[in-house]
Amino acid sequence: MTDPDLDAAIAITRFGLGARPGEIAAARGDPRGFLKAQIRREGADQPEGDGATAQQRIVAFRDYQMARQQARKAGEDPKTADANDPVKLAQKLIREQTGGDFLARARLGAQTDAGFRERWTLFWANHFTVSATKLQTATLVGPFEQEAIRPHVFGRFADLLGAAETHPAMLLYLDQATSIGPDSPAATYFKRGPQRGVGFGPPRPPAGMPKGLNENLAREILELHTVGVNGGYAQADVTEFARAMTGLSIGGPREDAAYTGLPVFRDQAHEPGARTVLGVRYPAGGKEQAGAILADLAARPQTARFVCTKIARHFVADDPPPALVDRLQARWMATGGDLAQVAEALVTSPEAWQATQAKFKTPYEFLVSGYRAAGAAPTDIGVLAPILNALGQKPFSAPSPKGWPEEAEAWAAPDAIVKRMTWAQRFTAKATAGRDPKALAADALGARLRPATALAVARAESRPEGFALLLMSPEFQRR
Amino acid sequence: MTLTRRTALAAAAGFGLTLDFMARQAFAGVDAGLARKKLVFVICRGGLDGLSLSPPIGDPDYTGLRRSLALEETALRLDGTFALHPSMTATHALAQAGQARIAPAIATPDRARSHFEAQDVLESGAAAVYGASSGWLNRTVGVLQARRKVDALSIGATTPLVLRGPAAASSWSPGAVVDAEARLPTLLQDLYKDDPLLGPAFARGLATETMAQTAMADGDMPAMQATTPPAPAPGASGVSGLVRQGQDAAFKLGETTAGFMREPNGPQIIAVSLDGFDTHAGQAGQLAPRLAYLDALLDGLHTGLGPDWKDTLVLVATEFGRTARINGTGGTDHGTASTALILGGGLKPGGIVGDWPTLKTSALFENRDLAPTLDMRSLFKGALAEQLGLERAALDTTIFPDSTRAAPVAGLV
Repeated sequence: MTDPDLDAAIAITRFGLGARPGEIAAARGDPRGFLKAQIRREGADQPEGDGATAQQRIVAFRDYQMARQQARKAGEDPKTADANDPVKLAQKLIREQTGGDFLARARLGAQTDAGFRERWTLFWANHFTVSATKLQTATLVGPFEQEAIRPHVFGRFADLLGAAETHPAMLLYLDQATSIGPDSPAATYFKRGPQRGVGFGPPRPPAGMPKGLNENLAREILELHTVGVNGGYAQADVTEFARAMTGLSIGGPREDAAYTGLPVFRDQAHEPGARTVLGVRYPAGGKEQAGAILADLAARPQTARFVCTKIARHFVADDPPPALVDRLQARWMATGGDLAQVAEALVTSPEAWQATQAKFKTPYEFLVSGYRAAGAAPTDIGVLAPILNALGQKPFSAPSPKGWPEEAEAWAAPDAIVKRMTWAQRFTAKATAGRDPKALAADALGARLRPATALAVARAESRPEGFALLLMSPEFQRR
Repeated sequence: MTLTRRTALAAAAGFGLTLDFMARQAFAGVDAGLARKKLVFVICRGGLDGLSLSPPIGDPDYTGLRRSLALEETALRLDGTFALHPSMTATHALAQAGQARIAPAIATPDRARSHFEAQDVLESGAAAVYGASSGWLNRTVGVLQARRKVDALSIGATTPLVLRGPAAASSWSPGAVVDAEARLPTLLQDLYKDDPLLGPAFARGLATETMAQTAMADGDMPAMQATTPPAPAPGASGVSGLVRQGQDAAFKLGETTAGFMREPNGPQIIAVSLDGFDTHAGQAGQLAPRLAYLDALLDGLHTGLGPDWKDTLVLVATEFGRTARINGTGGTDHGTASTALILGGGLKPGGIVGDWPTLKTSALFENRDLAPTLDMRSLFKGALAEQLGLERAALDTTIFPDSTRAAPVAGLV
C-alpha cells in the first residue's frame, strides 16, 4: 500500500534534485514511471556552457604556460609586467572557464525537468572525481564531465570506466600522463640521450628529474573506481597495473599537432613484458594490455558490490539497506553492468522508497534545491562560489580522488548549519517578491511538509522569513 | 511560551546565576593547572612526505634516494642528521628555542597505503580500519567531560573524523558575522528542537559565532577557503603572490584559532585539517607553498596564544609518509612512516621522538618506504597523558581501543 502523494514527493526530492513548483503534482500519477522515463541510452543532458573541449582547454593552458616562460626568458619580472602576471592570468582562466562550466552545470541542475537523470550523473562524476585543486586540471573538470561521464551514464559500466580513465583530465589529475615504463625505450633514451628534442615525442621532464613509473592512477582505479579497497589486491597488483598503463598519455607539443591535448598511447614509453594483476596474466602488448585489465576489473563481482553499495548509499541512506545493495548487484551482474538497468532496479526497489529521510543534503544539493524551490536558477558564479566555499564544497574542487563525502556528519557541522542559514536569509530576500511562502512550501515538499514547519512558515513575519524557514526546515535539509 | 536560548539565559539571570557560574560550580575542585592545558591537532591530508618536512640530510643514503628532491643545500638544520624544510622558518625558530621537536619515523598501524583507510585509522584511533566510527579526540572529550568542563572545536567547514562522535563538539570557519539573537535563528532553534542532528549542531554553531566576534584576530578573514592553500602548477616559480596570500590567511587563521582558545569559556581542544599533501608529481613546487601555509598557521597559533603558549601542545601528523625513492615523475608515491611535529611552550628538552631507522636499503620497509619505529598512537597517548592528565586505562581502551602494546611516549611536556 503506497501513498501516491508521499511517493511523488520522494521521487522528486530524494531521487531528483528537489521540486520546482508543480513538479511533485506532475509525478503524482506514476512516481516510478516518472523516474523511469528519465533513463535513456543517449546519456545525460549537457550543460549549456561555452562548448570548449578538454583539448582546447589544454592547448590554451599550454599557450599560457609558454607565454609565461617567454616573459621570464625575456627578463620581465612576471609579478610587475601586469599583462603577464601569472597569478592574475591563472585566476582569470579559472574564473572564466572553470567558473563558467560550474555555473552552467548548476543552471542545468536548477532548471532540468529530469532531476533523477542529473542526480544519477552527479553520482558518477563524483565516483570518477577529477578535481580543480590541481592548477593543471582546474579548467578541465567541466569538459571531463561532458566528454567522459555524461554520454555514458546509462551505458555499460565498462565503457564509462574506459572513457573516464583515459580522458586527458584524469590522466593529468592522477599523474598518468608523465608515467613511463622504467625499462621502456623512452626511459633508456632519457637516461643516455642528448638534451634536445625527442623524436618520438614524450615531453621531456626537467633535467635531473627521474623518468619512470607513477602508480597513482593504477592505485585509485583499484581502490576507488572498481573493486574497492577490500577488493583483494596487493601492492604488487598496483605496480603491475601501473606498468601495464605506461604509454597512456596526452599528445604533447613535439608530436603531431592533431594530437595535442588528446589521449595518446606511446609504444616507446610502454613497459615491455607480460603483467599479472589479481592473479590473471596479461601477455606482452601495447594499449590492449591495460584495456584488458580494465575490462576484467569492470566485470569483477567485487566491482559490482563496491559500486552498487555506493549507489545505495548516495540515493537512500549513509548506511544502506543490504537488501537494496543485493538487488542492485544482482541486476548489475545479470546485465553485464548495464547502468540503465541498474538505474531501473534502483527506482523500482521498495527499499529505496522508505519514508524516512535518511540523507542530509550536501551544500550543492541544498543550494540547487533552493533555487528549484524558488523556480529560479543561479546567474552569477560570483554569488554561487563563495557560499559553496564557505560550506566546504568549493566548485569542482573535491578534496581528494575519493570525491565529496556522503555522510551527514561530514556536512552537518555546527558552523555549516549557521552558514546555510545566512545564505537562506540573503537568497530569500530577493527570491520571494510577490510569492506566497505557504504555497512555496507545499510545492517544494508536498506530502513531506511537516505540520510544525507549515505552521512556522504561515506565522512568519515576512515573505523572506517564511521562505527561509522553509529552506532551513529539517525536511528541506534532508532528502 | 517556548523556551528559546534567549529566554533561557534570561531565566538564569533572574535567579542571580549565570550559566557560566553554574558550570564552574559543578566542576569546582578540578586541578586548575590541568583545566588551563590546551591541545591542538593538525591533520595534513594526502600523505605528507616526512623526508621533505624533516629531511635527514646527515643520513648517508638520503641524497642518493632523493636525488632532485634532496634538500641538503637549503634545509634549516636541527642537528647533525635532521633539518626542516626551508619553508618551515617559524617552526625552525621554535625548535631552536626548544619549543618544537620531530618524530621522524612514525606511522599508524595501517599498512594499506590507501589515503582513505589510513586517514580513518589516524583519526579513529582504532587498531585497524573500520575499528571505530568515532574519532579519538571526540572520545577524549567524552572521558574528560565526565571530570571537568572541556570544549572542543574544529576549524574548517566540515568536521574531521577525529572530532566526530557522541561528545558534542563545535566547528567554525571564517565568514560573515551572525547575530545569534536575531529572529530567524530563534525560530529555527524551535523548529529543530526534536531534531537530533540539526538541533545540537545549530545551537553550538550559534554559540561559537558569539564567541568568534571577540576571537577574531583583526576584522574579517580573507574570503577564501581557509584550510585549502592554493595549488600552483608543478615546478612553477611565479606563483609567489598566491603563496603569500595563502600564508597571510594561514597566519590569521592561526591567530583567530588562538583567540578562541583564549576566550574565558573557549575550547581547550582544537582540530584543524589541511589538504593537498599528495605529491605524486612535481613535488618540490607543490610542497613548498603547502608547508609555508602550515608554518604560517603554526606561527599564527604561537603568536596569538601569547602567554597561553606555555600551556599548549600542538601535534601535526599525516596518514602516511611517501616512498623513500623519488618516482618517475619528480614526486613520490604512497609510503609508510613519516614525520610528526610536536610543538609547545612547555616542551621538555630532547632530541627526536622515537628512533631513526636510517635509509639503508636493508632498513627500508618492503624495500620501498621509510620504516616506522614509533606507533602514532604512542605519541598521541603520551600527549593526552602528560598534557591533559589522562591515565593509561582510558588511553588503552576507550580512546585507543586494543592499543595496550603501544606504550605512551614519555617526557613530552
